Amino acid sequence: MEATELDREKTAPKRLGVVDCDIHPAFENPQELGKYLPQRWRDHIRDYALRTPNPFLGAMTYPRMTPGNGMRRDSWPPSGKPPASDLGFLCEQLLEQCNIEHGILQPLAAGAVTNNQDLGAALCVGINDWQIDKFAGPEPRLRASICVAQEDATEAVAEIDRRAHDRRFVQVSIPPRTIEPIGRRRYWPIFEAAEHYGLPIGLHTGAFGQRPNTPSGWSSFYLEEHYAASNSLQTVIVSMIMEGVFERFPKLKIVVVEGGFSWVPSLAWRMDREWKRMGGEVPQVKRKPSEYLRDHFWFTTQPIEEPEENRHLADLVRWIGADRLMFSTDYPHWDFDDPRFAFRTPLDPDDRAKIFRENAMALFRLDHR
Amino acid sequence: MPEYVVCKLTDIPMGQSRRFTAGKRDIAIFNVQGDLHAIADRCPHEGASLCKGVITSLVSGDEPGEYRLERQGEMVRCPWHGWEFDILTGKSYCDPNRMKVRSYDVKVAPGETLAEGPYQIEIYDVSVQDDYVIVTL
Repeated sequence: MEATELDREKTAPKRLGVVDCDIHPAFENPQELGKYLPQRWRDHIRDYALRTPNPFLGAMTYPRMTPGNGMRRDSWPPSGKPPASDLGFLCEQLLEQCNIEHGILQPLAAGAVTNNQDLGAALCVGINDWQIDKFAGPEPRLRASICVAQEDATEAVAEIDRRAHDRRFVQVSIPPRTIEPIGRRRYWPIFEAAEHYGLPIGLHTGAFGQRPNTPSGWSSFYLEEHYAASNSLQTVIVSMIMEGVFERFPKLKIVVVEGGFSWVPSLAWRMDREWKRMGGEVPQVKRKPSEYLRDHFWFTTQPIEEPEENRHLADLVRWIGADRLMFSTDYPHWDFDDPRFAFRTPLDPDDRAKIFRENAMALFRLDHR
Repeated sequence: MPEYVVCKLTDIPMGQSRRFTAGKRDIAIFNVQGDLHAIADRCPHEGASLCKGVITSLVSGDEPGEYRLERQGEMVRCPWHGWEFDILTGKSYCDPNRMKVRSYDVKVAPGETLAEGPYQIEIYDVSVQDDYVIVTL
């Protein structure tokens, strides 16, 4: 008896390669970031430590699939360093094995969520320097994200100004669990800068933040947290649309990273229905909410939904639009999607090329250096 | 059905697993409390190597607040997405009727019997004083 194979196409487009929109680079050790900080902040961390809003200092709130806080168990390099901290092994295990032509780095370090905002800004500068020094500089297939501490919009804009002309940076990265709903005007200077430079804003699902992971409080189980990620990203989208962000910044582009996408059609339908009934409350929303959703948002695919009937995935792709989905692996995390096997539905070859490569090539302008 | 001598019995300690290539197939052999079991070393979900997964037990319960551990050391959890498979049968825990990895017959034979054939001995020069692991594809 043969092992059961799910019905799926076997390979991603081989010839052109894949663009992976979600790779998590890691520090070799907790001290590594210190090399990229001014002495003042190294001393500060030594004396006062690095505080985040997490309830337990130095630990994930939901320490998942330990050891390694949620790493693929086969992602430790032979060098013994932590997963995704060893560029050579990252290239071998991810870029080579999965035929990744370009990969977008999404650092999950603490800069954006420290309570001390000056420290947060310094951490972001250090993390951005580190991405270039360690990854995107030596390996041209990898591109970096401009990490900013979004609660201090002035500092965030200054960092975008410093990096925007370096084409090794291809997006601005903000964690979605901001102190206020992200559509509020305190964050608009960041949107203005991103639009000005033509840089998309990547909103990566955040395990860290000022708020509990569900609207009714901290969940009991990691399984609930994993699901709550898509809830929190829906609130982000609704906030930006209802506050009128896209009327003010009509060229702003948002990438929703690691929140899934099966919920996008129903969110659009629901927003449109309520807008028809209560549009007078939000005169800044001049068009149907679904039109802003359609024009301004892109979605990365991992962790890809796995419906009982695979053809339903094709329905979702059609409803959302094959030009709005971008493949991602989430390497080296445990819920990694392999481009050769993850997308279990027959797709039109043009749609497949868009999802695995073309959309991200165009959005991030990856042909330009 | 071809048989392959893949290693010495002592190469797979109790409670551990090893990956072997027999013919063109990657096989994971587990030592569960002294008994050997062989399954394909490829998760049917996205293809990860099951040898790199955690060997574990089943946690189940009849109602909230109750739990029990069963089948200790007889389940392997995929190193990527955590799908659990029965090492003895290859069946998936979450979907045993639709999803399984192929399992293979595995046996142990003393070296002195192997020296006479009929096995395809690819890897080892067989010594008569050791026991060897044989997989049937």
